[in-house]
Amino acid sequence: MADRAFDTRRLPGATVLALACFVILYIPMVILVANSFNTGKVIGQWEGVSLHWYARALQNDAFLAAARTSLILASLAALIATITATMAALATTRSRGFRGEGTIHIVLNQPIMVPEIVLAIALLIIIAQIKQATGYTGLGYLVIAHSAFCIPFAYMPIRARLEGMDLTLETAAADLYAGRLYTFRKVTLPLLAPGILAGFMLAFVISLDDVVISDFLKSPGQDTLPTYLLGELRRNLTSEIYAISSLLLLISVLIVAGSWLLTRKKT
Amino acid sequence: MQRLTLTTALVTLALPAWAEGTLNIYNFGLYTPPDLIEKFEQTYGVDVTLTEYDSNETAMAKIEAGGHGFDIVVPSAAVVPIYIEKGLLLKSDPNQMENFANVDPAWVDVAWDAGRAYTVPWVWGTTGVMVNTDVYKGDINTTAIFLDPPEELKGKINVVPSMNDVIDMALWSVGGEACTTDKDMLKAARDKLVAAKPFWASIDYASFEKFINEDLQASVFWSGAAMRIRAENSGFAYGYPKEGFPLWQDNVAILADARNVENARLFLNFIMDPENAAMISNYTGYGNSITGSAAYMTADLLAAPEMTIPDSAAAAAHFQQTCPPEVQDLYTRIWTDLTK
Amino acid sequence: MDAETLAARADARRRWGLAAPAVAIITLFSILPLGVVLVYSFLAPGDFGNVRWQLSFEGWFSVLFERDIFDDTISLSDAHLTILGRSVALSLATTLITLVLGLPTAWFIATRPLHQRAFWLFLITIPFWTNLLVRTIAVQEMIRSEGVFNRLFLWLGLIDAPIQMMFTNFAVLVGMAYVFLPLMVLPVYSAIEKFDFRLAEAGYDLYASRAYCLRRVILPMVRPGIIAGSILVFVPSLGAYVTPRIMGGGKSMMLGNLIEMQFGQGRNWPLGAALSLTLTALVLAALIWYTRLTSGGRRNG
Repeated sequence: MADRAFDTRRLPGATVLALACFVILYIPMVILVANSFNTGKVIGQWEGVSLHWYARALQNDAFLAAARTSLILASLAALIATITATMAALATTRSRGFRGEGTIHIVLNQPIMVPEIVLAIALLIIIAQIKQATGYTGLGYLVIAHSAFCIPFAYMPIRARLEGMDLTLETAAADLYAGRLYTFRKVTLPLLAPGILAGFMLAFVISLDDVVISDFLKSPGQDTLPTYLLGELRRNLTSEIYAISSLLLLISVLIVAGSWLLTRKKT
Repeated sequence: MQRLTLTTALVTLALPAWAEGTLNIYNFGLYTPPDLIEKFEQTYGVDVTLTEYDSNETAMAKIEAGGHGFDIVVPSAAVVPIYIEKGLLLKSDPNQMENFANVDPAWVDVAWDAGRAYTVPWVWGTTGVMVNTDVYKGDINTTAIFLDPPEELKGKINVVPSMNDVIDMALWSVGGEACTTDKDMLKAARDKLVAAKPFWASIDYASFEKFINEDLQASVFWSGAAMRIRAENSGFAYGYPKEGFPLWQDNVAILADARNVENARLFLNFIMDPENAAMISNYTGYGNSITGSAAYMTADLLAAPEMTIPDSAAAAAHFQQTCPPEVQDLYTRIWTDLTK
Repeated sequence: MDAETLAARADARRRWGLAAPAVAIITLFSILPLGVVLVYSFLAPGDFGNVRWQLSFEGWFSVLFERDIFDDTISLSDAHLTILGRSVALSLATTLITLVLGLPTAWFIATRPLHQRAFWLFLITIPFWTNLLVRTIAVQEMIRSEGVFNRLFLWLGLIDAPIQMMFTNFAVLVGMAYVFLPLMVLPVYSAIEKFDFRLAEAGYDLYASRAYCLRRVILPMVRPGIIAGSILVFVPSLGAYVTPRIMGGGKSMMLGNLIEMQFGQGRNWPLGAALSLTLTALVLAALIWYTRLTSGGRRNG
């Protein structure tokens, strides 16, 4: 019997199930990537290995434009969501209770209680009126709508981090007569950073994944990658879809790898 | 890095969304030839943005809500009167345009837009059944393909979620009429659909590849789509159901709140040119209504059985109608019953 | 008024100020639109979509009941109840499957040595970061008629003809479980990771039994993660639209698809609005239930 109380032997099936889980997650993606190298036009009819469909995708203006829109939209929405969610998390944690705390909490969690399709319909009605009234049809609507439903996702990990944080250091800093802002910058923020990063990542992913709301709200030429892919998927399932999907996968790998390197340097 | 993203984003946001020389087209998916757009862009120096939709209903919901930003839409004949009645279309008088003389007279005085004050023909086609004849050797010119399927096709059939087409076809198969108010007929049609549903694999805008790969062996489908599939898998053939099948035309119109009206007019005139109309047909596999365009069509297209309704089937063709709202409501309820 | 009350008020003001931007964005772009949906659910449908400004309860009535299309007798709406039941059942099943796979996975990662943990977490983060549609396409390739499983089974001689798995409830379930799995792993992991294993060691040193330790020390610590994960999976499952649309092929509709249909082909916006609020209410009920569940165990910590 191990004398360390918590090695994994305590949950005997865990390792097997966990490894099964990784296999389940990866096999479909590996097959997807393999298919993208198929020269043949039709999925499933193997005609040799080539980069043909990648070349096609990278010359496809519609795909490139959608990629650009998605990246800008997700970055901006996640940025706004993370900043406002961090402020909100600071407001709602470590208090002895204040008037309206419950209200704030409910408001901040409201978007995750509303299914995407509901929000999409509702926003379409309202934003259509605003578009008509102002004449502005830019990406701003999507950015702010995405920010709204991303806030709870950014808020959750930040708040969790704050709640789990040790107060000692901050109290110590305050005892040393450090200003509130100084304490925040030098003590709270660094401790909170992993939570903020997690919140930003989560918000980014949620924004990037959205199909329905973007599809309902987009103005002409504002196709995002998911709305573009969905359109392609409906009737045109060539291997180019697999190439585009594989490129997206590659981008995901690169971003995750990048963020790992970044966080590991800091800790 | 973050600052860079932010700057890029701000620049994008600040860009005027309506630069000069743009045109926003809203059309069904896989329905607009890329080479046509390219030619139009080069001829007039206009930047075209194409957005696609999957059904008339989707398009109308988005347009009616307002603030959509589109200049051109391509409604089916059956919904054109609704667009006009709701004031969604601009009376652009295409009949005054230079190329209008090319429009086949048979397609000018149409019920949905008499004399063509609002719309220009895009393409016309039929909705029928498409079957893999390697799998099923029997008669394919019948709605029984999906309403009373043969053993070989059971579980391999797709039905396009084109609500009116499907219910119309079921009505004809039980001896009724499209948009009927006869509840016994509607009930019989519904019962027939509900009884057939267990034999269908999907009710979907199935991608062409599902048929080419033979994941699916039959479908209620559009003639042009069937032709494009046959080009990749010669086993497939298109049937004209003798019980009745819809004939339709989609039409190009300028929206009442279009911001690039002049460019939109240029486009309407542009597609009435025989060579350009032929490009549309070559790409979509449907017939256009422009005289002289046959000269520019591919030989495959001209010979395609999907393009020409055989004389034996002509009597069964019914032009798609606009149902009154109360009938449309019944259609919807039958459809919900079917797709639940 | 004493100084303490004044300080408390100043604190509340400061906190409200901090929360204001987030609260404002959500109020304007999520709560207010929902109010519009509420209003629309009490209006009459327009002839071809949109609404007529006329008070009507028909939308709400149609959520559960239907007048027979042909003889106007009122009965429970079989179609809507089927879809409602399927949505709830499939979402619960999805949550359960992801929990069964996700909890051990999170545990496994959290108990790796620190330098290995990053690698495993990296492996979970990639699918998590990969677009939902891409993953739906990937899982579709597995189970379609000419897909990986059917070919494998044919090759192994287990079956004679491809099994039709696409466009069934099973396909929707497989799709959702696959797509939402990483959403379960990450919050559970972060709960376990935060867990101070010295506490359990302390428990052990005090001769607490393994089961007692698991129940009284570990579970309360991990529970918030499980709950967060379950919410993150259950809520989007219930409102799922894209995955059931692709995997269900229009034959296995979920609530999200039914709602979308009312705003498109169905042309019954008030019914769509009422269904939307019904869906929202279901989600809310689940959340309240979860909250009840958690508040019992956490207080004694």
